[in-house]
Amino acid sequence: MNFPVLTTILLLPLLGAIISIFVPKEKSSIIKGIAGITTFIPLVLTIWIYYLYYTQHMATGGYAFTESIPWVKDLGITYGLGVDGFSLPLVLLTSVIGFCAVYSRSWSVETRAKEFYILLLILITGVMGTFLATDLFIFFLFYEVVIIPIYLMVIIWGSGSKTRKDIGKEYAGMKLTIYLLIGSAFLLAGLIWMYMLAGEMLGVLTFDLATLATLNFAPNLQIAIFGLMALGFLSLISMFPFHSWSPDGYAGAPTAVSMIHAGVLKKIGGYGLIRIGIFLFPVGAKFWAPVIAVLAIGNVVYTALISLAQKDMKYVVGYSSVSHMGFVLIGIASLSLVGLNGAVANMFGHGIMAALFFSIIGYIYGITKTRYIPDLGGLAHQMPRLAGAFLVAAMASAGLPGLLTFVPEVTIFIGAFDSPITRIPAFIVLTGIVIGAVYVLRMAANVLFGPRKEQWDYVEDIKGFSLLPIAVLVAFAVIFGLFPSLLMDMVNSGIQPIAAKLLSAGSQIGGSL
Amino acid sequence: MDINLTYLMPEIATALLAVLVLLVGLLVPKEKRHALGYVLALGLIAILVFSFQYYGLNKTVAFNTFAVDDFAVFFKQLFLIAAVLVVLSSTMYVKKMNGNYEFYIITVVALLGMMVLASAADMLTLYIALETMAISFYILAGYKTDQKSAEAGIKYLILGAVSSAVFLYGLSLVYGMTGTTVIAEIAGKVQDLSALSPALILGLLFILAGLGFKISLIPFQMWTPDVYEGAPTPVTTFLATGSKAACFAVLARILLVALPDYSTHWQFLVAVLAALSMIIGNLVAIPQTNIKRMLAYSSIGQAGYIITGILALNTAGVTALSFYSLVYVLSTIAAFAVVMTFSAQTGSDEIKDYAGLAQRSPFMAAVLTISMLSMAGIPPLAGFVGKLYLFKSIVTQGYLWLVIIGLVMSMISVYYYLRVTKVMYMVKPLDKEPVTVPLGAKCTLFLTMLALLVFGVYAQPISMLANMAGSALLP
Repeated sequence: MNFPVLTTILLLPLLGAIISIFVPKEKSSIIKGIAGITTFIPLVLTIWIYYLYYTQHMATGGYAFTESIPWVKDLGITYGLGVDGFSLPLVLLTSVIGFCAVYSRSWSVETRAKEFYILLLILITGVMGTFLATDLFIFFLFYEVVIIPIYLMVIIWGSGSKTRKDIGKEYAGMKLTIYLLIGSAFLLAGLIWMYMLAGEMLGVLTFDLATLATLNFAPNLQIAIFGLMALGFLSLISMFPFHSWSPDGYAGAPTAVSMIHAGVLKKIGGYGLIRIGIFLFPVGAKFWAPVIAVLAIGNVVYTALISLAQKDMKYVVGYSSVSHMGFVLIGIASLSLVGLNGAVANMFGHGIMAALFFSIIGYIYGITKTRYIPDLGGLAHQMPRLAGAFLVAAMASAGLPGLLTFVPEVTIFIGAFDSPITRIPAFIVLTGIVIGAVYVLRMAANVLFGPRKEQWDYVEDIKGFSLLPIAVLVAFAVIFGLFPSLLMDMVNSGIQPIAAKLLSAGSQIGGSL
Repeated sequence: MDINLTYLMPEIATALLAVLVLLVGLLVPKEKRHALGYVLALGLIAILVFSFQYYGLNKTVAFNTFAVDDFAVFFKQLFLIAAVLVVLSSTMYVKKMNGNYEFYIITVVALLGMMVLASAADMLTLYIALETMAISFYILAGYKTDQKSAEAGIKYLILGAVSSAVFLYGLSLVYGMTGTTVIAEIAGKVQDLSALSPALILGLLFILAGLGFKISLIPFQMWTPDVYEGAPTPVTTFLATGSKAACFAVLARILLVALPDYSTHWQFLVAVLAALSMIIGNLVAIPQTNIKRMLAYSSIGQAGYIITGILALNTAGVTALSFYSLVYVLSTIAAFAVVMTFSAQTGSDEIKDYAGLAQRSPFMAAVLTISMLSMAGIPPLAGFVGKLYLFKSIVTQGYLWLVIIGLVMSMISVYYYLRVTKVMYMVKPLDKEPVTVPLGAKCTLFLTMLALLVFGVYAQPISMLANMAGSALLP
């Protein structure tokens, strides 16, 4: 079977975007249909290859479904795609959220719908490409493709906030763009440097990740290059103190963009940090891990406290997602197999949860025109189905057992307590879980429960097509919560080679990990 | 020692084409003379296609004064492409000037200067070619009969003349120390000099200053915004692309072929000038409200990127310089073609008047956005591949700091580029009337946009030619 399944998954949304360019803009229902189909097929295909990989390739590990076409020969660029146990969950995440983002609330994007769907499909392609690429040039290419559509979508279809009047959507969009682009400038500098050094060591220029991973860079170079790349990846994963673009960006963005952004885009940061940073520069990672661990405390505790003070639902979830990324960072900083497993699984779990949250908030905002928590209240009376989904998201955010975030978080802490670098930070971070439960439950209580407010009696409960994305996301949250091995075994098979690299680097410089 | 004229055929054909169009134009009624642009463009395209057979010759002819190497051919083709696109997009402008078609002729003469410049292997040939080009531009800059254009013309004339004098003095110092005007022989004579020669260093500095003026490096940039703003936009376009690219080629040839032994003396200087140009050019572009001034400052930043290719002192660097020059030319022409078409219809170059262009002409708005993002080096556009070539050539040579400055500044440039995008897509138009794009400009816009997209995703054809150019100059 030589059917290029990954290329299909990658390029179908792009094809949808290109077809949409030629559809007259009045026919917005056709464009929506195209967007729906070109994200639904990749979702089905992804679930199919997830199943195939789980049943056939997981025992051996490594890349499967690979495709490789030489691209620019003198630069050593290859159009290389492949998935392994590490990237596959994130590919699945992208497919699910991409599909749900198209259907979520954005069915009611009527103003300039054509441009919206074209940009959304390009955005989905970009995110997907970073997870599928086995060539670092292709990886970076897709990484940057993502940013400009987000800018346009935030400034055109975004919305300002009631609580933060000084922060308009244009400000939010530009802040997000500049933060991410400057981060990517450092990343690119590190990437080009590594590429040339590797070229001198190998005698031939290449961007192929597997080839680069066979090299052992000198320790001081590893430290410098890891530092440069980490600046890029960590600003994308919104590490404290480079996080402030993120809540503003979410609050300003339209629902579909918030979902993709919080759900998958941030995960590119964590993915890149592990896949490129730790895998290629284990010694550099070891050097910087304590710094990451300490800053992660800022992420978890500081932003959780800020989140407590927010009155805008999107800001609550925005800061909470920064806070959750702190757990991921602690897991990464532990530099152990268990901790990394937890970090990756938590990226998946948080992605589903955040997308669900933003989808629900988008629905509420679309129908009530407010995200201001004190204005709302008692919505469970009018919208029982939506309230149920809201509770699932809230419980997942708080890490309730039986939902998909519980096992990853526990795994992170097992890994983190086991590693001397992260033991103390992990202990402090535990408080973040408590605060996290407080703000999310308080939001749920103030929005959903309490006396029935008659002003919201006109509000209709969610149904039909709008229900679809929420139902899909809830299903994922529950299935992966009840059967965590579906996720954990997969992640473990993908992380093992990276952890092995860390171990060999540890023995190389005579330290222990 | 052959004077085989076949090696000069592209130049001769270009000169003949200019004369031919000049004569034919007299027979054409005034109101139809703008259509000569299409004839001229077809002729130039024919020369462009014809010039492909000069690849791989790598010869120096006419008493060592004229190099027909791949580097020269690559740049000649680049100038031809620039001239075709400029001529195509300026038909509307010539129509408005009551068929004042001498504009085309002077443009082609400037092109001739550039083509000889790319091939000049002797300092005298080089200087004559440079002046042919420069004098044509002095005329062109003041072509429009209004105050701003006249100011631009005078300013460019006076400052340009001073810089030419400085450049010539630099050449004469180099000649005085080495006793030859043939560029390829200078390197050998420099090696024969036993001690470090202060006069040669002075000559080097003067050459750098003279050419630095033409490519508007910081601190020789002060004429750029005023001339770009005042000159007619087609002229600005050609000045910003062809003239600059020609001077990049000359700079590379002089520094790398004639004076590589003095690289320890000029390398750091060039690196600092590059860094300053990137920083100041991109930062000063931010507060600009006139799009031509903004593009002028952005082109100062771009010049900073391009000369980093010289720093590497190797084939990869020249390849990168060639590649990026082409990308720079394409994206700059795309941006200016939009500006040209827009101002021809609305009479404004102010960024705020671009409000709602996405609704008035989605095509123009898309092209302007794509060209600016390519200048900023956002993938998957050609500018990104170009920057990758440039920065990869210097990153392991101790210029990591320059790479970081370059990348960060190019991301900062996204700020002011996106501001224009925001105005075009977000702000409601005051005037809802659609902006129509004439046929010639449509061709230019379409071709440049296509090139920026295609070469960003599939750079193989250009990188092959650029590699040939690089290895021809520095084997």
